[in-house]
Amino acid sequence: MFHSEVYDVIVIGGGHAGTEAALASARTGASTLLLTHNIDTIGQMSCNPAIGGIGKGHIVREIDALGGAMAEAADKGGIQFRTLNARKGPAVRATRAQADRALYKAAIRQIVESQENLALFQQSADDLIVEQGRVTGVVTQMGLKFRAKTVVLTTGTFLGGILHIGMENFQGGRAGDPPSNALAARLREMPFTVDRLKTGTPARLDARTIDFSKLLAQPGDTPTPVFSFLGDVSQHPKQVDCHITHTNEKTHDIIRSGLDRSPLYGGVIEGVGPRYCPSIEDKIVRFADKDSHQIFVEPEGLTTHEVYPNGISTSLPYDIQFQFIQSIVGFEKAQIVRPGYAIEYDFFDPRGLKPSLETKYVEGLFFAGQINGTTGYEEAGGQGLLAGLNAARQTRDQQAWYPSRDQAYIGVLVDDLITMGTKEPYRMFTSRAEYRLLLREDNADLRLTEMGRELGLVNDQRWEAFTNKRESIQQEQQRLNNTWLRPGSVPDEVAEKVVGNTLKKEANLMELLRRPEVSYETLMTLPGTGTGVADPKVAEQLEIQAKYHGYIERQQAEIIKQKRHETTELDPKMDYAMVKGLSNEVAQKLNEHKPTTVGQASRISGVTPAAVSLLLVYLKKHGKAA
Amino acid sequence: MGVIRLSGPHVRNIAKQLCVNDLPIRQAVYAKFEGANKQILDTGIAIYFAAPNSFTGEDVLELQGHGGPIIQDLLLKEVIRLGARQARAGEFSERAFLNNKIDLAQAEAIADLINSSSAQAARGAMRSLQGEFSNKVHELLTELVHLRMYVEAAIDFPEEEIDFLADATVQNGIETLQKNLAQTIKTAGQGRILRNGLHIVLAGEPNVGKSSLLNALSGDEVAIVTDIAGTTRDTISATIDIDGLPVHIIDTAGLRDSDDAVEKIGIERAHKAIQEADHILYLLDATQPKQTPTLDTGLAQTIVFNKIDLLDTPINESQTQTDQLQISATQGRGIDQLKEHIKALAGYENDGESLFTARRRHLTALELASVAVTRGLQQLREHNAGELLADELLQAQNALNEITGEFSADDLLGEIFSGFCIGK
Repeated sequence: MFHSEVYDVIVIGGGHAGTEAALASARTGASTLLLTHNIDTIGQMSCNPAIGGIGKGHIVREIDALGGAMAEAADKGGIQFRTLNARKGPAVRATRAQADRALYKAAIRQIVESQENLALFQQSADDLIVEQGRVTGVVTQMGLKFRAKTVVLTTGTFLGGILHIGMENFQGGRAGDPPSNALAARLREMPFTVDRLKTGTPARLDARTIDFSKLLAQPGDTPTPVFSFLGDVSQHPKQVDCHITHTNEKTHDIIRSGLDRSPLYGGVIEGVGPRYCPSIEDKIVRFADKDSHQIFVEPEGLTTHEVYPNGISTSLPYDIQFQFIQSIVGFEKAQIVRPGYAIEYDFFDPRGLKPSLETKYVEGLFFAGQINGTTGYEEAGGQGLLAGLNAARQTRDQQAWYPSRDQAYIGVLVDDLITMGTKEPYRMFTSRAEYRLLLREDNADLRLTEMGRELGLVNDQRWEAFTNKRESIQQEQQRLNNTWLRPGSVPDEVAEKVVGNTLKKEANLMELLRRPEVSYETLMTLPGTGTGVADPKVAEQLEIQAKYHGYIERQQAEIIKQKRHETTELDPKMDYAMVKGLSNEVAQKLNEHKPTTVGQASRISGVTPAAVSLLLVYLKKHGKAA
Repeated sequence: MGVIRLSGPHVRNIAKQLCVNDLPIRQAVYAKFEGANKQILDTGIAIYFAAPNSFTGEDVLELQGHGGPIIQDLLLKEVIRLGARQARAGEFSERAFLNNKIDLAQAEAIADLINSSSAQAARGAMRSLQGEFSNKVHELLTELVHLRMYVEAAIDFPEEEIDFLADATVQNGIETLQKNLAQTIKTAGQGRILRNGLHIVLAGEPNVGKSSLLNALSGDEVAIVTDIAGTTRDTISATIDIDGLPVHIIDTAGLRDSDDAVEKIGIERAHKAIQEADHILYLLDATQPKQTPTLDTGLAQTIVFNKIDLLDTPINESQTQTDQLQISATQGRGIDQLKEHIKALAGYENDGESLFTARRRHLTALELASVAVTRGLQQLREHNAGELLADELLQAQNALNEITGEFSADDLLGEIFSGFCIGK
């Protein structure tokens, strides 16, 4: 039977991609249904209980700047906050929060339930209704049919999920949840390129059986960082420490003794795991000369004794897991609460997606999260927001929106995926961004909130806070540019102390602030500098923009050069064999990728500048280029 | 005389910095081209064409200098320093086409031009990158990638106990890289351009007079000349100077099937020399009717009829086609015309890519890399700014990629993950 309501957008999956997708869609006014096999696991952190980190914290801020939920939930659920790379310069600084799983999940649930236009329904999705190449609805496990104009699929690791512990394996979406096999089978019948990936988790331990006195405590930072641009330290629950311990030679010997029963080395696992997050057995085999590996002992929450020993994910048999864990300092009597496991799952080659995250093959169907070959809550959330937004926009015949590579890490993520595809679970790193100095955590709002407002993602409260901040920055920039200090107006010894040398010629405050050794705060102590701004966030922004001035200008110049290519669109149905002069190899690559812009085409490996020229000449001849 | 042609919106600004201040439209102006510190690089003629009334449809500046290749290279280097970049193969025509200065019907011709000139550019680049220079560039690249591996790992994995920015390894590595870059630029810039002039292969059937022509051009008895076919058993090269343009002429062994072991080796070497050349002079015997060149290398070639002194009836000069020349190597007839022809091949007068431009491209890449590395070192030393060091090293990498090909962010991550055990 058909459900009585016809929705604009149905989002399948209640994880980090699904919730951001449903929220974004609903925020723009589309009637949205979030369909999940279990409402109680909405916002569940299936892997380690942390949000953020290098590159990832950047994405969290971007989601926040576009009105998303992740940063707010992290502020409400975070029990240890740190700023990573604090001494390395603002562009690569990133916030990371250890989260209480229960509090985080509750915060997400609360945000989802209070969102207008958003309905929840608990049932597994078994099938999609596709009519004439266009998705028109979803069929659930009990045969109930929902009609919708667009559908966002965020199935995580549930499609054909298989869990491995030693040589044993069983089907599941994650430990304790069933997989989505019916849906996986249906999707495999559609013209998507499907492949397998693998990821893993460590065993969870009982904190009461760990001797913390032998471990190194790692407290959070003071002052405590805050994730959301609207957040406040007062939202944080009680803060606790993480701890650090290490594996040793004995641990490694035990692990080696179990390798013959490892599904990874026994050829049972066919999926490809991430190079940056290897299992402990992989680390020991590949880096045999390293006699010790670091383990972060992360609390799972304030109201549970479970801890997450980060760094020893494994799919070795339980007896080996148990033995090697007890060989580690502080873990001598540790009891396992949940065994570690590896999970293999289906993903679809993301080169089959448009930059809006709509599939090229089925109209109105959008993919976000691990189904696209990514890993990480943040990467999933960013994609979810984008997919939900564009699914909603399509129902109103509005053009898709997606950030460019110079605008957001989410833009880098999507462009990388749809251009290059991925061979391993894709994770964000700042080194993937060529405009890293522009894409900072501190300016995510300045980069995206205005656009978010236009798109209908940003509410009045956020908009007002943002415009106030932006205005203060602009006013103070102007003031700094127009306030001049004359030689002699500042005593030499003071000038030397604050700006590094005596004032030899007239200089405005902005010029002085650009000097690496000058801070906004000390600059304002000089006589004749007037009254500075009180808001530390505004001062921070002024200082960073001044310090990076030359670099920002250079990157902006590069972006302008690239812009023409990025805005020259290519027909996804174009046959590149028709382009005069292209080598067969290049034409074949372009035909495989079907890039959507000339910029994207230029980033496909093997596409030379000469090939791009030939493409432009072809487009011009056929009246498609400016 | 050589011409440097600039196109784009910043042309006037560059002209100004070269101290060519007065730029009437479409008029030749006599000017002194000044480099940094008011040093006069060359004197010559500047002509300015304002957009859209120019070949490319953009602002265009033509600088016609007096100097030979070395002076010209200095001027080219200066305009690059002022923000210009070397055009890609066929780029002027491409821009003209995209800016509606060339008829749409010419699209195919433009595509052909882009293809043929990029093939030529690739050949020039391959030749520039031979031997010691290539080894040096690859060593530099390896050093740079290794450094970036440390720097980027320190930034992206701060929790992995690998903060290389803090220890001396990275700083020492950058200092070494900086020195090696400077050294390579110095040796590549000195004399190498001269030594690496235009490479021309003399080809043709045995006994058509290739060695005699080589002798006529070089004025030396470098090849053994007899009338026995197959005398030249090896490639012999001579470098001649045509109005300051160094030209390498390679005489190839007579190209024919042979059972003689020594001659076979000579023929193999000849084929190799042909692969590395810019142009072929294909020599035919004017006294033998119905000869056609049989060499198919994809290289541009000029047909030269030798032994015109032995013809019964003199050839009507007006009947010869432009890419065909008539000479007598033994009597020195037509040799001057041939030299003029070779000069035209050097690439100053057309859009093509000569070895000069290829080497200049490589030197520019090395210089940009060197500047970036120096700035990066300063950022690390003086401000401890690891992220700015990383940005400068990325600039250096992008510059060197111009020489050695793509090295992506994912390639770098691959280096990091195989070099360090990373992952919580």
